[in-house]
Amino acid sequence: MGTLILSQFRTQRGVGWMLLLLLLCCFGGKCELQESKPSTTTDFPTIKPFHDEINEPQAFPEQERAHLPVFTMNYPRIQVPFEFTLWVLLASFAKIGFHIYHKITIWIPESCLLISIGLIVGGIMYSVKEEPPAVFDTTIFFLYMLPPIVLDNGYFMPTRPFFENIGTVLWYAVVGTLWNSIGIGLSLFAICQFEVFGIQDINLQENLLFASIISAVDPVAALNVFEDIGVNEQIYIVIFGEGLFNDAVTVVLYSMFAFLADMPQVDSGDVFLGVARFFVVGVGGILFGFLFGFVAAFTTRFTHNVRQIEPLFVFMYSYLAYLVAELFAISSVLAIITCAITMKYYVEENVSQRSCTTIRHVVKMLATISETLIFFFLGVVTITTDHEWNWAYITFTLLFAFIWRGLGILVLTQIINPFRTIQFTFKDQFGLSYGGLRGAICFALAFTLPNTINRRNLFVTASIAVIIFTVFIQGISIRPILEYLNIRRTNKDLNTINVEVHTRMMEHVVSGIEDLCGHWSHYYWKDKFKKFNDRILRRILLRDNRAESSIVSLYKKLELQNAIELLDTPMGDLSAAPSIVSLHDEKMEASRPKKKFLAADVRKMHDILSKNMYKIRQRTMAYTNKYTLPDEGQTREILIRRHASVRRSIRPGSFRDMSAQNIPRSQKYYSLQPGGNLESAFALRRRSHGGGEVDRLRSSGVLPRSSSHSLVPMRRLNTIKEAGSAGGQPATSARPRSPPPGVDILDEMGPAGSRFRPRKAPLPAPRRHSSNWAEDDEDPDDAEYPSRGVEPVHPPQLPPPRGWAPENQDPREVGAGNPLLRHSSQGSRGSGRSGS
Amino acid sequence: MGSSSSSMDHIPNAEELMQETGFSAAHLLRLYERFEFLDKDQTGELRPEDFGAIGGLALNPIGDRIISAFFSPGQETVDFPSFVRVLAHFRPNGTNRTRNGTQQEPVNSRTRKLKFAFQLYDQDRDGKISRAELLQVLRAMLGIQVTEEQLQSIAERAIQEADLDRDDAISFDEFKKVQQVSPHPQTPTKETPLHPTEGGR
Repeated sequence: MGTLILSQFRTQRGVGWMLLLLLLCCFGGKCELQESKPSTTTDFPTIKPFHDEINEPQAFPEQERAHLPVFTMNYPRIQVPFEFTLWVLLASFAKIGFHIYHKITIWIPESCLLISIGLIVGGIMYSVKEEPPAVFDTTIFFLYMLPPIVLDNGYFMPTRPFFENIGTVLWYAVVGTLWNSIGIGLSLFAICQFEVFGIQDINLQENLLFASIISAVDPVAALNVFEDIGVNEQIYIVIFGEGLFNDAVTVVLYSMFAFLADMPQVDSGDVFLGVARFFVVGVGGILFGFLFGFVAAFTTRFTHNVRQIEPLFVFMYSYLAYLVAELFAISSVLAIITCAITMKYYVEENVSQRSCTTIRHVVKMLATISETLIFFFLGVVTITTDHEWNWAYITFTLLFAFIWRGLGILVLTQIINPFRTIQFTFKDQFGLSYGGLRGAICFALAFTLPNTINRRNLFVTASIAVIIFTVFIQGISIRPILEYLNIRRTNKDLNTINVEVHTRMMEHVVSGIEDLCGHWSHYYWKDKFKKFNDRILRRILLRDNRAESSIVSLYKKLELQNAIELLDTPMGDLSAAPSIVSLHDEKMEASRPKKKFLAADVRKMHDILSKNMYKIRQRTMAYTNKYTLPDEGQTREILIRRHASVRRSIRPGSFRDMSAQNIPRSQKYYSLQPGGNLESAFALRRRSHGGGEVDRLRSSGVLPRSSSHSLVPMRRLNTIKEAGSAGGQPATSARPRSPPPGVDILDEMGPAGSRFRPRKAPLPAPRRHSSNWAEDDEDPDDAEYPSRGVEPVHPPQLPPPRGWAPENQDPREVGAGNPLLRHSSQGSRGSGRSGS
Repeated sequence: MGSSSSSMDHIPNAEELMQETGFSAAHLLRLYERFEFLDKDQTGELRPEDFGAIGGLALNPIGDRIISAFFSPGQETVDFPSFVRVLAHFRPNGTNRTRNGTQQEPVNSRTRKLKFAFQLYDQDRDGKISRAELLQVLRAMLGIQVTEEQLQSIAERAIQEADLDRDDAISFDEFKKVQQVSPHPQTPTKETPLHPTEGGR
């Protein structure tokens, strides 16, 4: 009995301890990733959480007795994953917090905020004498923290602009980093010669080593700013690529200098060996990347039966590439980047759309976690680590880092500019040099400095100082400065709305013309590669290599098709909905008295314009954003709207029968993804309409209405056909040009254009047969859509475009028509989805 | 597509085109290669579908307008000379090396550029950007979140700003004036990044 009470008491106490532990871990948890097994604290002297020392001796001795313990705790067993989880959670909470109040992240880069939180946590830990987490163990950083970040960079690299600018990028990344390292190293060495500073014991090798650490540029903060203020693509991609590749260069340089720093003296032979090694490391990394990339692509060719684990291959192979490169001490960063770039194209065509989404999400998620943790720990470690502060050394480090970066950009740009079509102006150069923030790599490398270096703590302190200085001062000020400099600013106060609209229009035109001119297909080797790719690589690596055209075109074509289908639904287009009324009311509006616009209204308009106008080449930008996943919504939106406008221009009255009922259908298309599922969905749907059903379906407004052509569910061509006659209609038609061109335009983007393709195109989209088409055309409109005249114009009641469709609305609506039909239509939809 | 025509001989009327458009031989050659590339069925003429197959253009909110700009009314195809003539609008001005006196105005002059832009708006070619035309462009360029009312008022405002003769539409002269009030770096008059030569480096 006594023991029972005792154990009860112990249970309560245990719960208390649990709570206490939780609390403590929030503040003082450790993240020892390297321990895959339950921690045996003796193995790792760094792990001495004091709660363990207190808890264990008190809580557990009695359990040694023979009685079965009712409540036990084995904290050491779960310590590592437990604390790791808590750290990740804490950092993630911090991220949520920043985004609750959005304006914070506009003005202060997220990395600053993370570091600040880290500083606070570090302060708490310091005050309770807690040891810092040992995340920056060399192995942990390089084996676990770095790969996700680099994989993210490689996977979401905007390939086209990157390869267009690859020369410049490599120039800045390789030569610029060398320039910075050597420049800073030598200058610091010169400073060390002054006796007053008391740092004569730092020799040249150590200075160079240190310089190589702090020359790695981490452009995350700068990129976010650049993206927000819409800086031009060229600067953007150069900063991006530079950050990517100088990681690799820095790591190589670092290992080289670290090796040299150990040697008492360096002869010239070693330098040459170092240079040779540099190339071995770089080229080797790229080769390994290719190898694993192709193997990964080849593997995914066979994974279509095991969709569940499809995404895994991407991660495993890239990690494998990384590890193997690490094994041979070649550039693992380059290996994983190359691997990701290589496999992406093939893998994304091989895997299902869902796996593709999963891959993207997971890549982003891992990278974000990694980076969040790194910045977070940077703050923590800044407080808790031992510092050696030397005013002179640190001040000069900051100064030189800044000066050499600026000089480097200036000089290197002068050299590269003649080779560039779009030359960098001085403002651009300023942006480039000012965007050179130091970040995670620098920090991690500083902590991996070997202990044999006698001024290690000074180097660590100086590195942290450089990071914090650049991240805080430059990171915060870069936005105002760039905006002031007007690198490319949307001047909201001075410009008229006209200018804003026209400007954006011009930008679209220019980018359209660029596409048209095929900016990048003119490279000889690119053409060669494309042929090689089409003939050999695609055959080997892709399961379904029917797509014959360029890299993106398949995907885009499919999306285009989706959009077309969406528009084919008679009432599918929500975006156009409200505008119908307006088009009809156009004349009335024209005659109404001029509205006066208040200044506030105008400002609001500018606001709307600047926030909502489609970005130029939105894809490129979005993909490279560190923290956000690429958003394909906009692409679709554009496609849908374009087709909507075509439709509208063709037949102004065609939206009259629009009603909310059809949302579900459109949504169904919306969720359809390119690939086999589209096919299956259509096949099934087509099968599902019997002739009789269609009538009912039509009345319920959900399914296509042409009863006479039940195999031809779309009445798309009907509209196309009408183009000719509608072209003549005045005023309301969007493209009231003479009839033949009108048809042309439609042809180009409507299914009519692709009518010629489906036979060879990968998706057997539901093209109607030309005979049906002709027939369709003969049908008088009103006979075919009896409800049209009766139905009132609904548009204003349509839900806002955002809510493209509550999915559950569908069955109810259909059910209203006919319960049996609901079954069939749902069935088809369901199977369409599940086929994906 | 891979016709190995890498010499100027294959291009019809190369000399005249160079004279007319100001493109250099290299530019022209490069454009010709591109033209052939786009011309999938080797007819020597491009149809709108050929343009539509360009991925980037399909995603361009006003891609259809750009495409239609290549086709003069009544024409269903565009041949190489016309193709180049349209593209010549996008040559940076100030770099006319082959200007001869006979030409009244180079195709890449500011006015011609503006005219080109104007015609992208003015789809019915009546010399005016009507409110409806402006609205269409706005609708194409603005995200789906913007309500129709907002679109209306923005169009209204834009027309009011530019409309000098109170006809509730923007004529070309008015359009030109608007662009001159605050010349923005991105008007086509400035150097666009477009070059037929090189994209990046």
